[in-house]
Amino acid sequence: MVSKKDVKHIAELSKLEFSDKELTYFTEEFSNIVEYVGELKGIDIDEVEPTYNISSKIQPLREDNIKPSLPREEVLKNAPEEQYGYFRLPRVMD
Amino acid sequence: MDITSLTAIEMRENLLNKKISSTEIIKAHFDKIEKMEQDINAFITLTKEEALEAANRVDEKIKNGEDVGLLAGIPVAVKDNISTNGIRTTCGSKMLRDYIPPYEATVIEKIKSEDGIIVGKTNMDEFAMGSSTETSYFGLTRNPNDTERVPGGSSGGSAAAVKAEEVPLALGTDTGGSIRQPASFCGVVGIKPTYGLVSRYGVIPMANSLDQVGPFGRNVSDATLLLKVVAGYDERDSTSMDVDIIDYLANIGDDIKGMKVAIPKEYIDLEIDSNIKDRFIKAIKLFEDLGAEVDEISLPNLKYGLSSYYIISTSEISSNMSRFDGVRYGYRAKDYSNLDELYKKTRSEAFGDEVKRRIMLGTYSLSKGHADEYYKKALKVRTLIKNDFDKAFEKYDIILGPTTPNLPFKMGEITDPITMYKSDLFTVATNLAGICALSMPCGYAEGLPVGLQIIGDRFKEINILKAAYTLEKNLGGVR
Repeated sequence: MVSKKDVKHIAELSKLEFSDKELTYFTEEFSNIVEYVGELKGIDIDEVEPTYNISSKIQPLREDNIKPSLPREEVLKNAPEEQYGYFRLPRVMD
Repeated sequence: MDITSLTAIEMRENLLNKKISSTEIIKAHFDKIEKMEQDINAFITLTKEEALEAANRVDEKIKNGEDVGLLAGIPVAVKDNISTNGIRTTCGSKMLRDYIPPYEATVIEKIKSEDGIIVGKTNMDEFAMGSSTETSYFGLTRNPNDTERVPGGSSGGSAAAVKAEEVPLALGTDTGGSIRQPASFCGVVGIKPTYGLVSRYGVIPMANSLDQVGPFGRNVSDATLLLKVVAGYDERDSTSMDVDIIDYLANIGDDIKGMKVAIPKEYIDLEIDSNIKDRFIKAIKLFEDLGAEVDEISLPNLKYGLSSYYIISTSEISSNMSRFDGVRYGYRAKDYSNLDELYKKTRSEAFGDEVKRRIMLGTYSLSKGHADEYYKKALKVRTLIKNDFDKAFEKYDIILGPTTPNLPFKMGEITDPITMYKSDLFTVATNLAGICALSMPCGYAEGLPVGLQIIGDRFKEINILKAAYTLEKNLGGVR
């Protein structure tokens, strides 16, 4: 059973926020989903290796050649706010 | 000639024989789109101007006697999570409603280099999370077979556009069934290629270890044509594999006599719609009649497929979705007093409920105290599922199953998330194992299409294509 407190904690980690009303139904739904996928907890497979990725290929290395990348103005075109060629953000330090 | 009813291959033939021009093909399809979209809403963005310019270039090439590509003059619709340079790519989300990619996905480059013509971007469940296209920020897409019903998802727009003859070909993405389930619901062919066959460069990721791009067509040959074009190694996708790609279309007509076909008894034992079971059993019988050797097998760990899929996919989702923070691209909330508030308000305002649910489940599965019993456990179950399939493919060429446990459901009929997740019951395991699979129509029930799923080993696309082609020919009437 997942509590409202747990959901608030996971929401904080996820950088999401819910109103009190949302929190009530979300906790119930979330609890059901966690319970459903929790069926795996009972399987005894300690000795099995996990499969993170199906590809057997070892991550290939390439030569570190310098190639042109996207122009700065192209990259900044989609930014909600930019200034002096940088992404603009609120003050991070007080 | 009703141009929009032709197959893609017929369109190309007529173009090369100079019976029709590329411009005529494109105009006919936009006429059809304008007629159908009010009912279907398959598209988020249409690119008529660019498409007509591209058609003009193809017509010039033909006029000048130049060689043209495999997709010459053929209209292609593209799911809206595949980056198109200069054309809005929204992922069906408020978060990216105004996002215009500054670069092109490899699959789009490949289509264009074969003279294919992009006509627009199709509707989808938000960030490909859903099985009905109902979670899109841009409204519902309707199933062309019955407009009260969903087209499936998440690639519902692409499947519906192909069925409604708005385009002959479309691209979708499949993380747990998002090509095959809508193909089944709409009554078209949809292929999920082997993990690593098609480049994911420029595809906005949902779950990187599971995502693959694949084609839709109204018949097996058309879908195969588009698969051939998009397949291939790409150095910009480190999970893309450098394998020899055979000429599928040249070999697709090979006899399937003696082909070894496996039926997992777990698929027979499951309680599913009786119409679907009936069509599935008829399809098995047809394979036997065509000389295939059919055996029942067991894939004992399939039963854990859905749970492990939802844990693994949401874990990857929670990581992937962290890039949407209101800083570099996408939506940004209006009112915030510090950076943390900017993140939280931006994400809470711009993500829909299903996206939030999955981010939360993934964060939970990866969080301290839960990672071993959820995420790690699911990855171990994935190994078991992969081993089950590997063992089956030592002896068999293809595995047959239904694509979905139910016929297309009505809009708004399913509100419980877990019930919705169960739509993917038959499809998720192939993504976990990284193998290839397709869905093709194998009949109709209550006026609604029924899909057959054909599953093959890694990079053995030719086996499932051959089987599907032969079955299609012998089913008759399915285009």
